[in-house]
Amino acid sequence: MAFLDRGARSLFLGEFVSSFILAMKYFFKPKATLNYPYEKGALSPRFRGEHALRRYPNGEERCIACKLCEAICPAQAITIEAGPRQDDGSRRTVRYDIDMTKCIYCGFCQEACPVDAIVEGPNFEFAVETREELFYDKERLLANGDRWEYEISKNIELDAPYR
Amino acid sequence: MVDWASLWTIYGWPLTVMVGQIMLVLMSVLISIAFLLLADRKIWAAVMLRRGPNVVGPFGLLQSFADFGKFILKEIIIPDAANKGVFLLAPVVTVVLAFIAWAVIPFADGWVISDINVGMLYIFAISSLGVYGIIMAGWASNSKYPFLGALRSAAQMVSYEVSIGFVIVTVLLLAGSLNLSDIVRAQKTVWFFIPLFPMFVIFLILALAETNRPPFDLAEAESELVAGYMTEYSSVPYLLLMLGEYLNIVLMCAMATILFLGGWLPPFDVAPFTWVPEVIWFVLKMLLIFFYFAMVKAFVPRYRYDQLMRLGWKVFLPISLAWVVLTAGVLVTFDLAP
Repeated sequence: MAFLDRGARSLFLGEFVSSFILAMKYFFKPKATLNYPYEKGALSPRFRGEHALRRYPNGEERCIACKLCEAICPAQAITIEAGPRQDDGSRRTVRYDIDMTKCIYCGFCQEACPVDAIVEGPNFEFAVETREELFYDKERLLANGDRWEYEISKNIELDAPYR
Repeated sequence: MVDWASLWTIYGWPLTVMVGQIMLVLMSVLISIAFLLLADRKIWAAVMLRRGPNVVGPFGLLQSFADFGKFILKEIIIPDAANKGVFLLAPVVTVVLAFIAWAVIPFADGWVISDINVGMLYIFAISSLGVYGIIMAGWASNSKYPFLGALRSAAQMVSYEVSIGFVIVTVLLLAGSLNLSDIVRAQKTVWFFIPLFPMFVIFLILALAETNRPPFDLAEAESELVAGYMTEYSSVPYLLLMLGEYLNIVLMCAMATILFLGGWLPPFDVAPFTWVPEVIWFVLKMLLIFFYFAMVKAFVPRYRYDQLMRLGWKVFLPISLAWVVLTAGVLVTFDLAP
């Protein structure tokens, strides 16, 4: 009898019909897709995105050119040259470059930084059309810091209890 | 002295009308293909809980036109090893064969370019020729995957065409005509999918196989053969192959509508249904079948090649052959043959 049962099932397309009904159920379910460019998912405060060099509230740049980030960077994406600043002779970076094509976004640089100068901000939408545009220099990183300071400081504050 | 006026009335005007009709059908079919392609993708996406294309135009309605523009603007790449002439001829053959079949499709009573009495035979011949485009494409590419895809496709189409022929024969027995308009008119009392329900189901399955849709898409099985016979194609030739494929799908929808769902006839021959124009009924039924096509793609896994052959020769062929004999027997016994 099992033979007849199986035969009848396959003849009347039992599996096909039941899967069709299942597919119809899914057809009317709400969509799981995020409507990306118009709708974005939540990001953790620890999210490691595009780099930024921060400043103190008085406008002084934080980085003291200790080169810890350069030393720890596993991808060797960071290049720093240090020197005394023209007006007050304090130790600052003359050059601070990050090769974003090398960076693996591990976050070691921000972990290593003693003054919270280099951080990885929440921005992940920095696609560009040429390779050269991804070689960030100090100016670009400081500009990023100015642009994302509000979000970055808030994220650091939120994550502080866990560090 | 040439009599221009009579020359115009005898040849000129009929030719103009004919060309006009052909252009009208071509344009409406092409534009509806653009939206059906989108519908296909949308339905597929919906079953997978995705949104599908929704950025170009409202609800992504212009997506197909954007794709069209992209295909047109891209470079046509012809592989070094390819047989250039056949390589470029194959998409043209595919799309031309897919187009000319529409000549005998009646969209409404009398709305047909050529109302020939061998319409069904003509469609059958054209759709059998369709496999040449695929074989040419696969062979001319001179590369492994396209060749395998083409071979599979050829074997598949040949073996399924036999059964689809028998399915059509049963309908012809009931209708008593090869003229597609007459087949539709014969369904005035009852649509053929009711007395021939098993044949209708088999036709729907065979239509999938004929158009290389899942679960019978071995010819372009993307997980094994990259894109099958279309692997080496790009730009406009690819567009033509793609277009030919979708034209065949829509043609199969039209065929199912004409053979089993009563073509342009309203479901009930009473007032509110008869007010709707005939062509609307035709399009609605086609859309219903197309919805089935699009849904099936979303939830079936692909057959293995030997399963495909087994199904074609050992299941569909005997069942359809038995139904031809049964239908003919019943028609003769009860003297119902038209």
